[in-house]
Amino acid sequence: MLDKADGQIFTGNVRLVHAVGMHARPAVKLTKLAKKFQAQISVRVAGATDWINAKSVAKIMAMRAAHGSTIEIKASGSDAEAAVAALVNLITTDFPDEVS
Amino acid sequence: MQGGATGLAFRGRTASIGFAHGPFVRVNAGASGERVAGSLVEEALALRSAIDVASGQIAELAAIAGGEAAQILEFQVALLDDEDFIEAIFASIGEGSPADVAWRSALDEQIADYNSAEDEYLKARSSDLADLRDRVVAILRGGEGQVLKIPSGAVVCADDLPPSRFLEIDWSGGGGLALLRGSPTSHVAMLARARGIPMVVQIGTITEVAAEVGPMALLDGEGATLELDPSAEQLRLFEKRRETHRKSRASARAILQRPTASWRGERIKLFINIQRVEDLEHADAQYADGIGLMRTEFLLAERGGLPDEETQFQAYDAVLRWADRRPVTIRTFDAGGDKPVPGFTQDGEANPFLGVRGLRLCLARPEIFAIQLRALARAAVRGNLKVMFPMVTSADELEAGRKLFADVVQRLQADGIAAMLPELGIMVEVPAAALAVTSFRAAFFSIGSNDLAQYVLACDRSNGALAPLMDPLHPAVLELIARTAEHGRRAGISVSLCGDMASDPRCLPALLNCGLRELSVNSSALAQIKQTIDRLSSGGGLG
Repeated sequence: MLDKADGQIFTGNVRLVHAVGMHARPAVKLTKLAKKFQAQISVRVAGATDWINAKSVAKIMAMRAAHGSTIEIKASGSDAEAAVAALVNLITTDFPDEVS
Repeated sequence: MQGGATGLAFRGRTASIGFAHGPFVRVNAGASGERVAGSLVEEALALRSAIDVASGQIAELAAIAGGEAAQILEFQVALLDDEDFIEAIFASIGEGSPADVAWRSALDEQIADYNSAEDEYLKARSSDLADLRDRVVAILRGGEGQVLKIPSGAVVCADDLPPSRFLEIDWSGGGGLALLRGSPTSHVAMLARARGIPMVVQIGTITEVAAEVGPMALLDGEGATLELDPSAEQLRLFEKRRETHRKSRASARAILQRPTASWRGERIKLFINIQRVEDLEHADAQYADGIGLMRTEFLLAERGGLPDEETQFQAYDAVLRWADRRPVTIRTFDAGGDKPVPGFTQDGEANPFLGVRGLRLCLARPEIFAIQLRALARAAVRGNLKVMFPMVTSADELEAGRKLFADVVQRLQADGIAAMLPELGIMVEVPAAALAVTSFRAAFFSIGSNDLAQYVLACDRSNGALAPLMDPLHPAVLELIARTAEHGRRAGISVSLCGDMASDPRCLPALLNCGLRELSVNSSALAQIKQTIDRLSSGGGLG
């Protein structure tokens, strides 16, 4: 699920399995996790033109990612690889309550 | 239902069931007050400090409230922590906007955006944002978010009430909430239900007189009524309803949690109907024996046209995962009739209820149907899936559907994709199917009593003028239900009923006497139906 791209950019693709899509609770969990990393992290719904800052809850909500859509993630910076892996894991595991 | 002598009564929509009798308190939504803007730096500092104060207040509320309420408030805290979002507001202050104006316009923009969403859930989130907006504005205006002074047990009336304001009110002495606007799907409604606070929404307007007078109010969350300054007679009736409800609720909760329902020693299986995946979030859903009807038309209503296979698979899979080993019956697209879908249903039918709808439409559009069947065949390997076809008239239609389904399974398997043909059943809603029920090679039957009654009685169910005739307990309807149940018992085939009748306690004795032992109801009716079965079983009346 992870591809190492050129240079320092890491990317990932993951399907949003959450029953109601990227609503308030998943969005809060995603941005909280993203903020734990130094890396600059962007996400978008597959096919969208603009990348969105994964640390902005307002923008993640505005993305209106529906149940079943694919989320693309890219990150650059010192801990980018770990950041992408963590976000992919969060979405794959359907936003569990305990995120360590 | 408005009248002078008997006190004023208003009707809205139920958001949380329960009863409250207490002082009427009208809360004004719009906070007034002017503030004088300072220099750019002062304004920026004022907003920064207001955000910090608000953040602290909300965190404190969340800590006290805990659980679901805390999660709701977390979104507000996250928004205050959102640098992208906040930066844009500071930029606007830098361009000369006063702090409160910049803040308000940024929030209003978000609120408008959420309000324009088609998704009910997103729409409901706009009240969380309004809550946050008003809190910060109040702090900026020096109000420091004054706590509402509400007497214990009051019936609080507001245009709308944000979640944090709800949490500031001390509900420990009971009370209720009457909103002129609001929505049953809002966070406040969720909180009220979780706390057992009665709540009625969408009351519309209450007359000026009423807003000032009524020292006492009666709020009936079940009947969705608000009565102001009630007469002795109104009060007596209210107390009677409250007492009935209290007794009924206590025993319904206890009965709901029993593992099974039984009637005269026979096991009665109770399933739930769902319209969409989110319906599983209902607190009572977990007590069902499975899902008796999952409608799939919601997939057709999503933006971006007809749903692809993957979108459908994910929805079906989510429900199967929720159900674990319990059975899940998914009904294929039931479009047409009163459910037109652009690009799918046929336009210009003179009589759409007797037209190309349900399975008829799916067989006429095999390219669309095949996508749904592929998604279902893939989901079938993931749990206890059953699939049923709606609006079936003849056995040939069932076989045509089965053949398409089998072909789809074969192709998937040839491509190395895990898939299987699930148990196939039909809805019994066309009178011909009920009369010739023995001719169908179905693994199960599910009686769609709404359409069955409409067709048997020749009454359009949306036509209010026919309401007195539209009686699902008409002997002709019951006769067809009994025949179907009888066939099921003889042939050892499961027969259930998933129409509105199953959720109506008054219809239960007739349905059980027809021989039905499986019913599928809305989650919200589950407790009451289980309780009614229990009462009937122990020889009691409907209560």
